[in-house]
Amino acid sequence: MQINIPYATETRPDTGLHNAKLGIWLFLASEVMLFGVLFSSYVLLRVGAESWPRGADILDVPLGAINTIILIASSITMVRSWTSLLKNDFKNFRLLLSTTELLGVIFLVVKCAEYRLKFEHGLYPSGSTFLAIYFTMTGLHALHLLGGIVVNAYHLVSGKRQWNLNPEKFTHRIEAAGLYWHFVDLIWIILFPLLYLT
Amino acid sequence: MENHETQISKPKSRLFFLSTDHKTIGILYGFTGLLFLLLGFSIMMLMRWQLAFPGQPIPFIGSWFGQDRAPGGIMLPEFYNQLGAMHGTIMVFLGVVPIVVGAFGNYLVPLQIGAPDMAFPKLNLMSYWLYVLGGLCALSSFFMPGGAAQSGWTSYPPLADIATAGQTFWLIAIIFLALSSMLNSINIITTIVQLRAKGLTFMRLPFFVWAQFVTGFLLLLAFPALEAASVLQLMDRLAGTSFFLPSGLVVSGQPLSVSGGGSPLLWQHLFWFLAHPEVYVLILPAMGIVAEILANNTRKPLWGYRSMVYATIFLGFMSFLVWAHHMFLTGMGTIISGFFQATTMIISIPSVVILLALLISLWGGSIRFTTPMLFALAFLPMFGIGGLTGLPLGLTISDIPLHDTYYVIGHFHYIVALGTVFAIFGGIYYWFPKLTGRKMNDALGRIHFAGSLIFMNGVFFPMFILGLAGVSRRLWDGGAQYQFAQHVLHWHEFMSISAWLLAVFQIPFIVNLFWSIRKGKKVRENYWDATTLEWAASSPPPHGNFFPLPEVYRSPYEYSVPGYTEDFLPQNRFMEEGSGLKEKG
Repeated sequence: MQINIPYATETRPDTGLHNAKLGIWLFLASEVMLFGVLFSSYVLLRVGAESWPRGADILDVPLGAINTIILIASSITMVRSWTSLLKNDFKNFRLLLSTTELLGVIFLVVKCAEYRLKFEHGLYPSGSTFLAIYFTMTGLHALHLLGGIVVNAYHLVSGKRQWNLNPEKFTHRIEAAGLYWHFVDLIWIILFPLLYLT
Repeated sequence: MENHETQISKPKSRLFFLSTDHKTIGILYGFTGLLFLLLGFSIMMLMRWQLAFPGQPIPFIGSWFGQDRAPGGIMLPEFYNQLGAMHGTIMVFLGVVPIVVGAFGNYLVPLQIGAPDMAFPKLNLMSYWLYVLGGLCALSSFFMPGGAAQSGWTSYPPLADIATAGQTFWLIAIIFLALSSMLNSINIITTIVQLRAKGLTFMRLPFFVWAQFVTGFLLLLAFPALEAASVLQLMDRLAGTSFFLPSGLVVSGQPLSVSGGGSPLLWQHLFWFLAHPEVYVLILPAMGIVAEILANNTRKPLWGYRSMVYATIFLGFMSFLVWAHHMFLTGMGTIISGFFQATTMIISIPSVVILLALLISLWGGSIRFTTPMLFALAFLPMFGIGGLTGLPLGLTISDIPLHDTYYVIGHFHYIVALGTVFAIFGGIYYWFPKLTGRKMNDALGRIHFAGSLIFMNGVFFPMFILGLAGVSRRLWDGGAQYQFAQHVLHWHEFMSISAWLLAVFQIPFIVNLFWSIRKGKKVRENYWDATTLEWAASSPPPHGNFFPLPEVYRSPYEYSVPGYTEDFLPQNRFMEEGSGLKEKG
């Protein structure tokens, strides 16, 4: 038998939080530092470089723009899947989370196609500092998105069971997963203009 | 809210090393960390042979290392560099931090705040195993072609970028350790914020918990910098990028065929953005341990508890703004150096506040010279020496001759070895009765204390002499190749013999530790007559710790309350309004 951890689902009155909510925000703070460091490195390398290419000359802006739209759309379906749970509409939740998953996978497919195009033109990370930072940052972002897809897939597969067992806890989990998803989306929204448009 | 008054329950997994109980994980962290501490120490003893007797075959065990590391028992420079890099890495990332945060933090924080467990028990277990994975990764690099990482624990590029395969393993290990400490710090912060017992406000938290709280934020926000930097260096090494490789680099007479345009200085900024807060990760929990031991053994409240807490928070904040004082000699410019010199001087203020508060706490106390108290008392002047010798390093002008000399090594070992490691020892002696229901042997403990104090000083004090004479710190022969160093080189022999004798005096501790687990004298549950909540649980505490969860009525160190019959008033003891205390007082 397991012991009960206080405030795992219910809100602690004096802090106004349940554990997972604080946990996910702390995790995101750490992630902000991770990507913040990479953005700072980008700035430092670019300032120190003798010449820096225009992103649009090397990267495929239409594909990047399509991906931006896809990811923003996925954020909308993600938050709507959470609100459906709040309205006790599990069926709608499943539909919306599946759409989120689909959009996430499409993003990755487009990203892979972009990488392939680059490789076909002989553009590798070792080519220049611009390409190096492009591949590193978008690659790390794609890994984060993959992580989000895995988490959502778990919630899709075991959602019914979790929902029946403890709907409040499951809603909290979707909220946390959603916060993470929005964060990954936000990173892309900064990456896209930084790498493609400047 | 769910019912907390569940009966004593068993953890889900019967296997010790898969338990999600915070106490089991804390013990696992502790033993693994102590093993790494011993390994790092053994590596250092090998290096000390080479420094005292350069070019002579290592006695007895020289043949163990093989022809490509030590032909004929004589250590090769490359092998010495590997040992040096791995000594630092093991001690900092795999030894001390896992002990003070992973072991002491995991075991004590939930107990001291009256919680049944950590907020996320499964993540806690995961963080331990990521740490083990990182440790194995770092160790396995010794068996790679070309050996382990050999660019120092700081792994400065461009050398680290072009080093042998061991460096790749070092980077992967660091990424695992970053993930591990991220999970652990999220857990500790959430636990402290969310699971405090009823009535336990922030200003009633034991100082140890405050230290862990600030440490958690340092690990959470600083480690991602090294994680990102490690990813960039991995890309440099595996994908051929040039994040840290400048244009026009020539290696062994051959121009390096990379795109160039990178910045070696970028690595240093990213590395020290972690590694300076990391220094405070090493020392803050140690101060917490010492504060607990001091309050208990002086039988009076800590002096200036509030100012200590505020100083700790300020220290944590400032520790993010001082990193480039490690880089005064890189040519980053006098204006930037001036800024970091100023912040460095500012950060010494909260450290002094904490140390002085601890020192003044002794005033007027009825001091019990127990074994843990001896270690805590030794901590104060030793940390003082470590701190004061740091000031000349924080000033740009005096840093120029001292930078990268033995003086630096002496300075930070006074903080980490004579400070943190002493606090660790004291903490082990102090909380051992809580872990086992038995106490450690005092005679052996005192031998261990005296030997450690004398010989640690014997190892590290001469380093100041060598450093002031200008002997550089990473030389394979300890400086024998330089004319100017000849008149101080005899100290190397003195330091090495001290180091080996120091090892001898760790034997009583190891014997004591294992002997006392089974055979130590049985003691009552609140053996030290302490006030904090961990002593309200039974020894060892069962899974779930408290039945029912305790309530807190007062601040953490209510010792020698005037008019109260006993000289300690536990945080969870209920007193009716106006009863007992005030009437007699």
